[in-house]
Amino acid sequence: MSSFDQVDLSNRRAMPWNAVPRERPDQFRETVAGAVAAGWRIASLFGMPEGAGAGETSIVAILANDVRAQLGAVTTLVGDRYPAISRDCSQAEVFEREIAEQCGVTPEGHPGLTPLRRHPADHIAAARVAPPVSRDEYPFHRIEGDEVHQVAVGPVHAGIIEPGHFRFNAYGERVLSLEIALGYQHRGVERLLETADRTRAVLVAESIAGDTVIGHAGAFCGAIEALARSRKTPRAQSIRGIALELERLANHIGDLGAIAGDVAYAPAAAFFGRMRGECLNLLMTLSGNRYGRGLVRPGGVGFDLPPGMASEMVDRLERLRAELAPVSGLMFRSSSVQARLEGVGVVPREHCERLGFVGPAARACEVVRDVRHDHPYGIFRFVQIPVATAWAGDVFARALVRWLEVQRSIEFICRQARSLPIGDAMVPCGELAPNELAVAMEEGWRGEIVHVVVTDSVGNIRRHKVKDPSFHNWSALATAMTGNQISDFPLCNKSFNLSYAGHDL
Amino acid sequence: MIDLLRTRLRQGFRTIPVPQTSADLPERFRGRPALDASRCVDGCRECIERSPTPFIRIGPEGVPEIDAGSCLFSPEEVASCPHGGIWYTRDHQMATATREALVSETGVVHLARALDEKSRRLFGRSLRLRSVVAGSCNGCEGELVALGNVVFDLSRFGVQFVASPRHADGIVITGAVNTNMLEALRKTYDATPDPKLVIAVGACAISGGPFRGSPEVHNGVPDDIHVDLWIPGCPPHPLTILDGLVRLLGRMEMGKSVKSVE
Repeated sequence: MSSFDQVDLSNRRAMPWNAVPRERPDQFRETVAGAVAAGWRIASLFGMPEGAGAGETSIVAILANDVRAQLGAVTTLVGDRYPAISRDCSQAEVFEREIAEQCGVTPEGHPGLTPLRRHPADHIAAARVAPPVSRDEYPFHRIEGDEVHQVAVGPVHAGIIEPGHFRFNAYGERVLSLEIALGYQHRGVERLLETADRTRAVLVAESIAGDTVIGHAGAFCGAIEALARSRKTPRAQSIRGIALELERLANHIGDLGAIAGDVAYAPAAAFFGRMRGECLNLLMTLSGNRYGRGLVRPGGVGFDLPPGMASEMVDRLERLRAELAPVSGLMFRSSSVQARLEGVGVVPREHCERLGFVGPAARACEVVRDVRHDHPYGIFRFVQIPVATAWAGDVFARALVRWLEVQRSIEFICRQARSLPIGDAMVPCGELAPNELAVAMEEGWRGEIVHVVVTDSVGNIRRHKVKDPSFHNWSALATAMTGNQISDFPLCNKSFNLSYAGHDL
Repeated sequence: MIDLLRTRLRQGFRTIPVPQTSADLPERFRGRPALDASRCVDGCRECIERSPTPFIRIGPEGVPEIDAGSCLFSPEEVASCPHGGIWYTRDHQMATATREALVSETGVVHLARALDEKSRRLFGRSLRLRSVVAGSCNGCEGELVALGNVVFDLSRFGVQFVASPRHADGIVITGAVNTNMLEALRKTYDATPDPKLVIAVGACAISGGPFRGSPEVHNGVPDDIHVDLWIPGCPPHPLTILDGLVRLLGRMEMGKSVKSVE
């Protein structure tokens, strides 16, 4: 019996690295696949090169049990190959492609070992020779047949959008399959996080995905604080919560506007587009930057929220709430909008469960999955935000979940800003404990962000693994497109609004 | 329909005039960095050692100089001076015509000037731009998108983002220019007909930004691509980008006349 679930680990806690259960590769595979079959979820799965000479790599799995608010961990030591978990566990597929590429380790029996980001192995064990990675070639799946054609889109897109490549196999207008080839935004983020000093590393963390500054900085700091045994004040936690929800507001409102724009409902697109800016401006009032850069720092927050500013924030949000409601009413009640959103881009609930999608994409297929609720941390241990769900799994459901979350976030922020706990905004954060592993999860506006940090014998960072929600969710877009028309792709894409930068790292 | 009109009326008129004064920006807004070398203590090099970015350095004259193009506008960078000699002003205007103009001993940059007569005849009343994202975080892109909303309303100056480089008068480059996008960037540049403008937006495109030094990035726009407008920031405020574009087109006067229709 595996003891992966016996470890003393939960969100934003650290544990000794050598207390992580170590299993043989075949046993490890069974443990992870068995846990997923029993309802656990893979929160992170990554390779970490071991000390010089041996050429070995540790594969580490962090498993999440959302019902019991529990995390599990298990690891195995492998050479240049190991039996793939994804042979019988679909959730592991994309993680194992990443392991193969980053660490030069082959998961044997993997169903489709295509390149993920097309970069040289940058986490390869010292004694091993890295397999060459072709940056240009990607073996696309091809469907043969009369009148079946391929459509290629990207990397440079038609709007102001990040780069990525989409390949459709289509029969007429109907999409038979969509394959998504990413990596165009790859900047080597994980290596930077592992090698930069802490002052610079937090700036890198804020730039993992520029629309999720608070989310990623929050998860980064969560892991660092766990390793440093730092205790944030309730005031700092509350301000972080406010900032996280402001970020959610800005992005959700912007997405509602973008969805309206894609179905040519111009009034809502214009109104929501402007109101997104109002939320960004609130973040700027608080932190000096429209995306909240400079706010979340190890040990607390870099900027306090003084009473005058807090009451101004509440006033502005109340005004925003009053302006939002009629616009959303217009959009959701308009039959021409409904007709374009309903039944388009459906993600079946079974797919969501099997592939472990996160965030609003999962909640739109009635999967109650929200880190703030399932693995509460910081302010969310004291103040619960109800989880918003919808059931249809289509574009309409994803838009609706966003609208519900917008209302709840406004309520949360106003409540927090009216009753901020007293105390310091920042308590300096000390040195990191040596030989430990820490996991920090955060419910960013796209869903679950996971940072896993492992320290070495002197407390330096050995491995910093980042998982953006988009890493899980890009395959949801591929799922949603199957059977739809190519012309609905922009709409489906917007309804997820996934991060290329967060995926590509 | 009545609801639609009612909502429209309620939204009112939101477009702001250009140029904007920085007075409307919040107190904590971090704009153009400034430096006062008279506060330096002899031999102190703490800013250079402590700053997470190389935005401050010792110039050829032996005095410190500040590079707005390498600045990430983080609190840590100005805190690297223990004597209070570096701070952020609330000035959002800092777009320049050359890379060198971003570097100074006081932080005052030489703002971009209008294009020459011939280029203004070509681009002054209608400028079509193609966005190329090459190794960014999607922060600068968010602000470029924001330029299109009703508040900043970039299109009133005749500037539009188009879907193909072949329809464009110039390209806007964001991101640190990584290996995986280098070829696509060059192809897009080549596909844009001459004469063309190149605009580098954000710390990444100017100097590599937070990703500077990563083996996967090339620390900004390659030297062989001539840049006409440098817009610093991480990300630059939409007003900073708007200000730079309007200056370049020589249309500063034009934005003042915006009036409310109410």
